[in-house]
Amino acid sequence: MRPRSPLRQRLSRLDAQVSPYAYVSPFFLLFAVVGLFPLGYTLWVSLHQWNLIGGQGAFVGLKNYTDVLGQPFFWNSLRNTLSIFLLSSVPQVVFAVLIAAALDAGLRAKTFWRMGVLLPYVIAPVAVVLIFNDLFGDRFGLVNQALGWVGLDPIAWHKDTLASHVAIASMVNFRWTGYNALIFLAAMQTIPRDYYEAALIDGAGRIRTFFSITIPQLRATIIFVVLTSTIGGLQIFDEPRLFDSAGQGGADRQWQTLTIFLYNIGWTQKNFGRAAAVAWLLFLIIIVFALVNFVVTRRIASRESR
Amino acid sequence: MATRQTRFGLRATALATISIGVLALTACSSAPEPTAAAGGSAAAGGGDQKITLTLSTFNQFGYEDLIPEYEKAHPNITITHKKAATSNEARDNFNTRLAAGSGMADVEAVEVDWLPEILQYSDKFVDLKNADVEGRWPDWKTKAATDANGALVGYGTDAGPEAICYRSDLVKAAGFPSDRESVAKWFGTTWESYFAAGKQFAAKSQVPFFDSLGATYQGMINQVESTYEDADGNVIAADNPAVRKVYDEVVKAGIDDGLSAKLQQWGKDWTASFQKDGFATMLCPGWMVGIIEGNAKGVTGWDIANTFPGGGGNWGGSYLVVPKQSQHPEEARALADWLTAPEQQIKAFQKIGAFPSQVAAQSSPALAAVKVASFNDAPTGQIFSDRFKGISVAPFKGPKYFAINDAMQKALTRIEDGSSTPDASWDKFVADVQALG
Repeated sequence: MRPRSPLRQRLSRLDAQVSPYAYVSPFFLLFAVVGLFPLGYTLWVSLHQWNLIGGQGAFVGLKNYTDVLGQPFFWNSLRNTLSIFLLSSVPQVVFAVLIAAALDAGLRAKTFWRMGVLLPYVIAPVAVVLIFNDLFGDRFGLVNQALGWVGLDPIAWHKDTLASHVAIASMVNFRWTGYNALIFLAAMQTIPRDYYEAALIDGAGRIRTFFSITIPQLRATIIFVVLTSTIGGLQIFDEPRLFDSAGQGGADRQWQTLTIFLYNIGWTQKNFGRAAAVAWLLFLIIIVFALVNFVVTRRIASRESR
Repeated sequence: MATRQTRFGLRATALATISIGVLALTACSSAPEPTAAAGGSAAAGGGDQKITLTLSTFNQFGYEDLIPEYEKAHPNITITHKKAATSNEARDNFNTRLAAGSGMADVEAVEVDWLPEILQYSDKFVDLKNADVEGRWPDWKTKAATDANGALVGYGTDAGPEAICYRSDLVKAAGFPSDRESVAKWFGTTWESYFAAGKQFAAKSQVPFFDSLGATYQGMINQVESTYEDADGNVIAADNPAVRKVYDEVVKAGIDDGLSAKLQQWGKDWTASFQKDGFATMLCPGWMVGIIEGNAKGVTGWDIANTFPGGGGNWGGSYLVVPKQSQHPEEARALADWLTAPEQQIKAFQKIGAFPSQVAAQSSPALAAVKVASFNDAPTGQIFSDRFKGISVAPFKGPKYFAINDAMQKALTRIEDGSSTPDASWDKFVADVQALG
């Protein structure tokens, strides 16, 4: 065999070392343009007086942040966001796992059921909200009329804070549970069937195998779903925005979430400096939540897998 | 076109745009409109050079047939008509492109509600003051589009003179004369007499008298010259006794005297209540007639009383403006001038019912002849023309008007849904106003 030339050798070594970076670089370039740059620019805006049309004003340092943090409305919208997030994410993940487990069992017409659970996700959120708004009308809504038939008092969906959160969370759950169920289903199907057979021989029932095999094996997937639904849940906008005709999050700000708060400051009051400060605070909150979630879910999952 | 429905209606389009970063990007990449080299300021529309004018409107302006007509009369001009679905979508487009410094149409439609915001930046628009449009509009319509230095920023298109729509069948059932003339006399010409009629009605009927505090308040506050801001830009909403007076009056009538149906205009329950005898009267600008027709399908008995408490009131209406970004400001002005001329406005009224804001159009027989069958053949052309003459006040609306009025509407809703007492709700309103600072 002829020895390779030193140049060729060096080139091929270079190829092996550098090429992978070149291959992954499109993502990072794209991320820099559509992710990192807006993030940095928003930070820049948040440190100035900035009007939507008038544009950049004086540098004010952290004043926009202190203004926002000093407003009780900010804390109110943070509380609303967390409440809606919990009411939607927790049932969503629980039901998604249960539905996935049911789909994983031997069903007839499997594909039909699997497509069926994805259907709500395909419907545009605006359409979902239109239908749910008919359900949750205070006076002439279907839910309250049904409550009346069984002799219960109507619920003030647009007045009571918790009721409004439940109504909004139900729209979110309707849309996302099936989607998450399919992700869980995909993960469940990678679990080797031998585990279940072995457990069966040892005398374990369906419930025991579900908690001792399925859930631990889903660890990574649960972390993924919880993280994505945290990010989505904290940014919730469509459903609360369309929950009444004014779109301001309620007369008493009962369901004004952080993103609606941000939108109102930016587009109604045209105060981009402050809106950018809210955007950054939201960003930081999401990072904190994502980290906490990550740690907690990993700990739970790893304890169970022992 | 000028309906508040578009503002408070579903805003699907608004969902897409929060990202500040996106805005920054558009600002960087904006290129000038690919129009022909500046056509010089030759006689408006009379030059030989072929040019393209863009016109941007929203909802319905009734310009579909007018555009070919104008192009025929001006062979060198081609008009591209961009139509946004809602006023809100148009407002977002407008603001974004104004901020970016390019991309606006040569002639842009602006709704009266967001006109005050634009007056702040009147230096970005062509002063449309011109001898040939002198005296075309009533003072209040012109004044609303004039900036502090006296520049005329927009030409008025339609207007929203208000009357009172009522359910003649419900009035009759309560034992009162229900024909148009008697009811107009019964409601009288002041808010006191209107509310007094309401109390008489309430004593004989289970049906609430009017639809909501918010809508009634709107009719009342639109007759007050100085409301939320003074001319120097100071916010006076919380300390202005005139605002508190209207607030107290409407709360007394609606809540203490039980006249309000406690519905939120444009909400699901409000829409549904048209089918369920939800209320007996409501303030209605011309364009509201079509909305009631739609909501009250199958319900007979709607009629219009030719009166409005406090004389007159305007709700809605739009303007055409010419941004300085335009490559052909002269030709654009000529187009806006022509579109808002009385003859064209009457054509638009016949086409889609946009009530003309021009003085001359009011005496048109074509306008007077319009009747609405589903309102017991009410002569709407005549009624709203009469109501239009009653409008004398254009409230001063500063740049924060929209946000403050919004906070006020929320305050009234809090009283109606029972989540606050009138005093507590006022305090929250004050806090809301302070947070705008």
